[in-house]
Amino acid sequence: MPERPSVPRHLLGIEGLSAEQLVPFLDLAESYALLSRSRSAPRDALRGRTVINLFYEDSTRTRTSFELAGKRLGADVINMSVATSSVNKGETLLDTAATLNAMRCDLLVVRHAQSGAPALLSRKVEASVVNAGDGTHEHPTQALLDALTIRRHFGRLEGLTVAICGDVGHSRVARSNIHLLTAFGNRVRLAGPPTLLPGAMAGLGNVELYSDMDRALEGADVVMSLRLQKERMGAGLVPSAREYFHFFGLDRRRLALAKPGALVMHPGPMNRGVEIASDVADSDQSVISEQVEMGVAVRMAVLDRLSRARMPA
Amino acid sequence: MSDIVFENVRLIDPASGRDETGRLVVRQGRIVACEDGSVPEGARVIDGAGAVLCPGLVDMRVALGEPGSEYRESVSSGARAAVAGGITTMAVLPNTSPPIDNPALVHLLRVRGEETGMVSIHPYGALTRGCEGGEMAELGLLQNAGAVAFTDGTRAISDAKQMRNLLSYSRFIDAIVVQHPEEPSLAKGACATAGARAVRMGLPSVPAEAEAIMIARDLRLTAMTGARLHFAHVSTAEGLDLIREAKSRGIRVTCDTAPPYFAMTEDDIGDFRTYAKLSPPLRNEADRKAVCAALADGTIDAVASDHAPADADDKRLPFAQARAGGTGLVTLLGVTLGAGLPLIDALRLVTSAPAALLGLKAGTLAVGSDADLCLFDPEDSWTVVAGNLPGRAQNTPFDGKDLKGRVLRTFKRGVEVFTADELAGDERAGAAS
Repeated sequence: MPERPSVPRHLLGIEGLSAEQLVPFLDLAESYALLSRSRSAPRDALRGRTVINLFYEDSTRTRTSFELAGKRLGADVINMSVATSSVNKGETLLDTAATLNAMRCDLLVVRHAQSGAPALLSRKVEASVVNAGDGTHEHPTQALLDALTIRRHFGRLEGLTVAICGDVGHSRVARSNIHLLTAFGNRVRLAGPPTLLPGAMAGLGNVELYSDMDRALEGADVVMSLRLQKERMGAGLVPSAREYFHFFGLDRRRLALAKPGALVMHPGPMNRGVEIASDVADSDQSVISEQVEMGVAVRMAVLDRLSRARMPA
Repeated sequence: MSDIVFENVRLIDPASGRDETGRLVVRQGRIVACEDGSVPEGARVIDGAGAVLCPGLVDMRVALGEPGSEYRESVSSGARAAVAGGITTMAVLPNTSPPIDNPALVHLLRVRGEETGMVSIHPYGALTRGCEGGEMAELGLLQNAGAVAFTDGTRAISDAKQMRNLLSYSRFIDAIVVQHPEEPSLAKGACATAGARAVRMGLPSVPAEAEAIMIARDLRLTAMTGARLHFAHVSTAEGLDLIREAKSRGIRVTCDTAPPYFAMTEDDIGDFRTYAKLSPPLRNEADRKAVCAALADGTIDAVASDHAPADADDKRLPFAQARAGGTGLVTLLGVTLGAGLPLIDALRLVTSAPAALLGLKAGTLAVGSDADLCLFDPEDSWTVVAGNLPGRAQNTPFDGKDLKGRVLRTFKRGVEVFTADELAGDERAGAAS
């Protein structure tokens, strides 16, 4: 069956992709989630294909998730992390790209601390590039796995109110989620102190900005908590972890302001007691483990679809 | 050297306000009075066919890679790019390695310019040793060696007290101080102007206010010291408002801008295009319009190319890591002509105005002046193509744009130093027949 022409060659971000383009990723991922549970994923879907995980930032979970996704579909998966690659010997990003290109890899999964690094690579390699998180720009597979998790719980992915709370300004997860959730017609609220939620974020589309977390949570269907990195305190953006928790920590009292049974999500890794209280993270409303499970399924779908988009007609 | 007679040219001399069709005679490298319509014996006659003949352009802000980074742009490669853009005089920044903070280097650059036979080079002296913002450089000795004014170039003087001292001292030697107006702590690490685009792309940004903050401080210090201050590449509405108001109060301040700031916006960054990474960063549309308005009302005294050469390795990097700056020599004329000003006013901003500002004998068609001339067709357009530009550096932010105004010939002291390709072809054909 010929692939629809709307399949992008790379997945560099969610911005610019329509709901129609995103739904097939979610549908395929959903089926992979079921197959994974029954240990019956099609192990030949990516047979003979090479996936290289090129990680310039440490990330055990995302890298493992992509690795598992590739292996479940029968791909040869190679991990390259900064610590063991020639990056430390002064090789530039594009020289590394040229090298990997010459090795004829099919899919290149890239994480980099600089916004736009995967876009730069995508112009220089023949492989399909998957952005596994670039700087403060985008993290598209995270948004897809969040969307799939939400859709499985509500049976739909539109008309919901989603509060994204915390260090929104530095968050690539938040940006990708904003693009995806607004593309499907959801109401997106952003909450955080002005030092972590610049006013210009209002320009990201149909979003509402709150500095009062309580108000942001009122009547929300989904509450996404974001990791607060310790560096933010050193940089003078927030005074301390405990003051941050005082204003923006997701605890029982605040969660009660959201709709009954509202989903609690977190991209991980969590700082318990900083952005989220332990009892909330471990509560019935938390779907944090399911997010991780859907992460593998979404990455299987992304690798599969991009790989098929590459096949000659 | 035989005489040259330009016939059938539209003479535009912004210094005198002259704009008329006529002829111009060059003898011994200088412009001479043409008493009558006769052609001196043995003279070379150039029929301009109605093209504009104006003074060679004066570019008051150019970075070259010499000494130290000749792989980006040397004096000779920069000179080739300059004359292809009609520029015959340029003031060059001191951010070289080593920086231009001693008299011998000022002398070296002036001589290197003369050696090209194409352009005059007027180096800026460093304001502080090494352009590092600390100790004062030997401003008086640098001035004696020919430094045209003083600046730390791409770096702002951050410390207010140091800036006050530099302004005071520069007044004592009657020198101009040129400031890069950007509050450094706000600008640190930034590569885009703050706003929706920077947020969407996840790029570290500097608020436009960082420019106004620095300008407001320095205007007060200038008023306090009675010094003569110039702000380079001003790019925001608020910064220009402050300068406009200060001028009306008689503060001795001037400013320039560069073509990207009236011809482009932050949207030209597109999909992380590093050739559009500039310092200061490209601004929003409201700021761009304010720059156009300030060009029209005279708040901006001059347009400079802000030529900042980079090689491929400088730019083939993630956006935030790429070197800031774009080439500008060959596009200065075309983009400035497109700013929506009357032709003579646009030309004034790149000829007599910067020459007068810096006190240079250039940028005029007055009798007795050096015959530094630019002959261009204001109607003919060309496409900017990175990779095909004259000179070494190819990092133009205007890649792919069409510019109206094609330089046909450029002369330095009466010597033809640039000829457009098709004209050169014609002349070779003529010589063969």
